[in-house]
Amino acid sequence: MGIKVTAPGALTTVQDSGRTGLQQYGIPVCGAMDQRAFRAANLLCGNDESAAVLEMTLMGGTFTFTADHVVALTGADMKPRLNGEEIENYKAFAVHEGDTLELGMAVKGCRCYLAAAGGIDVPVVMGSRSTDLKSRTGGYQGRSLKAGDILEIGRTGTALPESSIKPQIPDFPRSARIRVIEGPQEYVFTAAGLETFYKSAYTLTDKCDRMGYRLSGQVIETRSGSDIISDGIVFGSIQVPSSGQPIILMADRQTTGGYAKIATVCSFDLPVLAQMRPGDTVTFEKIGVEEAQRIASVSGL
Amino acid sequence: MDNIRIAPAGDRALLVQFEQKISEEVNDRVHGLMDAVQKAGIAGVGEMIPSYAALLIFYDPEEINYPGLKGEIEGLLSMAEGKSEGGKRLLHIPCCYGSHFGPDLADMEKLTGLSREEIIKIHSGVDYRVYMLGFLPGFVYLGGMDERLKAPRLATPRVAIPKGSVAIGGSQTGVYPLQSPGGWRIIGSTPVEFFDPTREEPALCRAGDVIRFIPVTACDYYDIRQDMLRGRYDLKITEVFDGD
Repeated sequence: MGIKVTAPGALTTVQDSGRTGLQQYGIPVCGAMDQRAFRAANLLCGNDESAAVLEMTLMGGTFTFTADHVVALTGADMKPRLNGEEIENYKAFAVHEGDTLELGMAVKGCRCYLAAAGGIDVPVVMGSRSTDLKSRTGGYQGRSLKAGDILEIGRTGTALPESSIKPQIPDFPRSARIRVIEGPQEYVFTAAGLETFYKSAYTLTDKCDRMGYRLSGQVIETRSGSDIISDGIVFGSIQVPSSGQPIILMADRQTTGGYAKIATVCSFDLPVLAQMRPGDTVTFEKIGVEEAQRIASVSGL
Repeated sequence: MDNIRIAPAGDRALLVQFEQKISEEVNDRVHGLMDAVQKAGIAGVGEMIPSYAALLIFYDPEEINYPGLKGEIEGLLSMAEGKSEGGKRLLHIPCCYGSHFGPDLADMEKLTGLSREEIIKIHSGVDYRVYMLGFLPGFVYLGGMDERLKAPRLATPRVAIPKGSVAIGGSQTGVYPLQSPGGWRIIGSTPVEFFDPTREEPALCRAGDVIRFIPVTACDYYDIRQDMLRGRYDLKITEVFDGD
């Protein structure tokens, strides 16, 4: 009862909502990069929104099902085919024993989520099924999937869930305005440095992974260097090391860091960022924390 | 409340920054506030990350918004003249120095001008405060190393520093909880697991603890390691009070 990996794709890992509650011990959160698409995939196949799924990056995998299951794909469009027939993203579908699901290069977006009814069943490690690639814990044997791996799926059967949600399919922009809240260490930068940050465009370099996105663009000026006494960081913290080029910290970030953080990406724009790829560009727009919290409270799936 | 700054870290967390310096006094205030926040049981407050001189507090803005939480924190700061109550845990960490347990000990003799006996005596003669955890699961940032043991990092970092290595980098000392690349100089190794995802408390240390290295022989190292793997090793933990 499960899913067999025929070809793993570029980077496919088991992820859920993340390993929270242990960051004070240096244990990173990990979890799905695009939490919105991740939740949608689960809800589409009738799961609790935090069940474990497969996250594929840029190039999808090929899988064979070893029993009958209900599956949904969300996020990046990797032109999925079930036994050679094109299927739609953002819609639950039934698969039968022996069926082959094939995904290709992402034509839109960067990360695609495969959820199955009952969830991907790997052991819970420290409260989560998410893969922590750096410390090789959680997920499937603490690593990304390889050809030949067989993963268990929580529930069999082909009955589609009755009341299905209708999530909005994002448009996956290649150039986006990302809303941020200034700080907590904006005082480390000069007025000119802050202006550079908000007024110029930054390009995602090829050094963008689950840990962080290194951007390149105009150098952000500091008053006297960007080293601070290390403190806690969050998903979306934008740190600027001495090179003056910003780094956005993503799902696999370390829990603490020693570079000044000029701003933090708003929670509702993280999914946009999670679907961008090297070569794409972003600009940063400052909004107030109270405005951000108002927007967050009405931004659903 | 001088020198304290509260700022948003995005829409789901808030950072309280104390005076930005590395000192026991400032770190005590961080832990004092963390205790106070926990005791206050403020609805919507989630986990916290204490560091040298700051406390990051995660919260759910659906339950409490930024101005609301900021107000609560200001109230707690004005009441608690931040020191955590009671004693601190003192963990006695067995460490086998030198030979293949500490392949850089010989180089450390050259770098410091001290004999290996002196290095071991100095390194194990101080109690180190765990200021914070970070970098790797269970990695402790320790304060208090004797400046005589200061040594530059390796020019070329090792690809894999073994788990349990006790090492020195610059004026810091620490323990590698997992095999990891790194440029610190390895002077010894502990048989104790600093990180074990199967334990109820996966990290051995908590921020605010104190640790002391106890020199052991290679035989002791292997005995402790065996006991540790069989779940029969009881790490010695005592309590220390400020001024002790």
